[in-house]
Amino acid sequence: MRVVVCVKQVSQLGDEVEFTGDGCDVDPDYLDSALNEWDGFAAEEALQLRERLGGEVVVVTCGGEESEQALRRALAMGADRAIRVEGAGRDPLSVGRALAEVVRAESPDLVLCGVQSSDSVQAATGTVLAELCDLPRVAVVTKVDYDHEARKAVVDRELEGGLVDRVEVDTPAVLTIQTGINQPRYANLRAIKQAEQVEIDVRTAAGGAEAYRVRRMFVPSKGEGAQLLKGSPAEIAGQLLELVRERLK
Amino acid sequence: MTVLVIAEHVRGQVRDVTFELVTAAGELGGPVTVAVIARDPAALDVNVAGVDEIVNVAVEAAEFESDVWQRAVEALVAERKPQVVLLGFTVNSMGYGPALAAKLGLGFAGDVHGLALEGEAVIATRSFYGSKVSAELEFPGAAGVVLLLRPTAWTPAEGPGSATVSAFAAPAGPSRARHLELVEAAAASDVDIAQADFLLSIGRGIGERENVELFEALAAKLGATLSVSRPIVDAGWMPSSRQVGQSGKTVKPKVYLAFGISGAVQHLAGMKGSGTIVAVNTDPEAAIFGVAHYGAVADLFDVAEELEKLL
Repeated sequence: MRVVVCVKQVSQLGDEVEFTGDGCDVDPDYLDSALNEWDGFAAEEALQLRERLGGEVVVVTCGGEESEQALRRALAMGADRAIRVEGAGRDPLSVGRALAEVVRAESPDLVLCGVQSSDSVQAATGTVLAELCDLPRVAVVTKVDYDHEARKAVVDRELEGGLVDRVEVDTPAVLTIQTGINQPRYANLRAIKQAEQVEIDVRTAAGGAEAYRVRRMFVPSKGEGAQLLKGSPAEIAGQLLELVRERLK
Repeated sequence: MTVLVIAEHVRGQVRDVTFELVTAAGELGGPVTVAVIARDPAALDVNVAGVDEIVNVAVEAAEFESDVWQRAVEALVAERKPQVVLLGFTVNSMGYGPALAAKLGLGFAGDVHGLALEGEAVIATRSFYGSKVSAELEFPGAAGVVLLLRPTAWTPAEGPGSATVSAFAAPAGPSRARHLELVEAAAASDVDIAQADFLLSIGRGIGERENVELFEALAAKLGATLSVSRPIVDAGWMPSSRQVGQSGKTVKPKVYLAFGISGAVQHLAGMKGSGTIVAVNTDPEAAIFGVAHYGAVADLFDVAEELEKLL
């Protein structure tokens, strides 16, 4: 079987922030990057399917050269091939459109995405991708029971409030994978080194309408915020205990 | 500004977010139409103050199915041409809201927590980069916009409404992802964290599985019930019955004491109604300090150790 996994190298903001000259994004100097947490779970799920059924895992990302780190991380975990699409916008419609071109060409049996990316949190890209490839989709999946012969999967969809919706989905399909579905494997040093040597297939996205345009980015006012307990750990513990006892009366 | 709100429901109950969407729709001026897509839509009461029209869309699916919902909303949008379609930023909406925008060529944004009108333009505010910054989004050139609004960001509309009610026939078609059954994720357990007056809650900051025991012991000494944030459940260190947040339990204890919880949006939604929130975290910029009444920027193990000594 062939599983396509969509991954993203996400940006993380530290304690300090400066904005770009146009005020519409964070200055990249203030950002670190890492593989999106959800995508590690999606990659692991794909690898487990391949181990059971054979075939290949193709990992795809959308972004500049720096986003290849996400691909190499997935390759080190065990993915077989990697594709990067560049030249697309960063909103979910642009990213979904760019990924859809690759997915259509790959004709996979399953497409796995993370539920959302930690730096944008829109939970949209996988569903956009499914629509543009005319594939069924299930969002926020916590269990996959895939039947390759029947071209179906029974999956658990995690609703709010501790409720789970069990769904039967025709495949090929796009599933967005929730954290906790498995325990993503660690890549060993040798695999990481080998992944650095893999050639990545780079393609260029076709343009199209964006979901939105960022007009202004800013640090939100914190409101009143928390009243700070100060001092040594012992002093903090003392104030904390007093406060708790007072409020529990 | 014409607004179409899609009602959320599960097991025959309208979910609160529906009424929050009505409040948000009112801020955009209206008229406000609420579509109820369900097997028996008339049985779901969404007639609250602020709703101008209710459209009942009867479908065969017993619970949410993405193809069925998408087809119904597509047809409604084609007929009504609302300027704004409002959905909750919920698991159901995530399964078709973005697809709707992609198919119909509409603007889109998810997890929106602020709305404003500038002339005839909608401006949506949402967070980026771990909620440390916010952005105002505009939708130039789009014929309409699909917005998924953050649950609990607006107060729910209430009071008796006077909406007109009509029926809408959604086109038939295949459902490629079919609802089978609803099951409770959390196994029955000895404690119900939603009933506790005092929660000691731990998160990713505890670092290692071994440290769970440390906090179990501390909770016992304090007379608190131990609860956790999602990463602790994902790691398999505690059962999901202990999880606070949107996908776990919503809690409102008298005291919520958070150790090593940075405060993901989904976590905050599940505990921000607590009486007194006290947070200990090493990161002064952690989002939990935004909802906490009291906070300490400190090493949680140092504070825990000192607390132990006092008990």
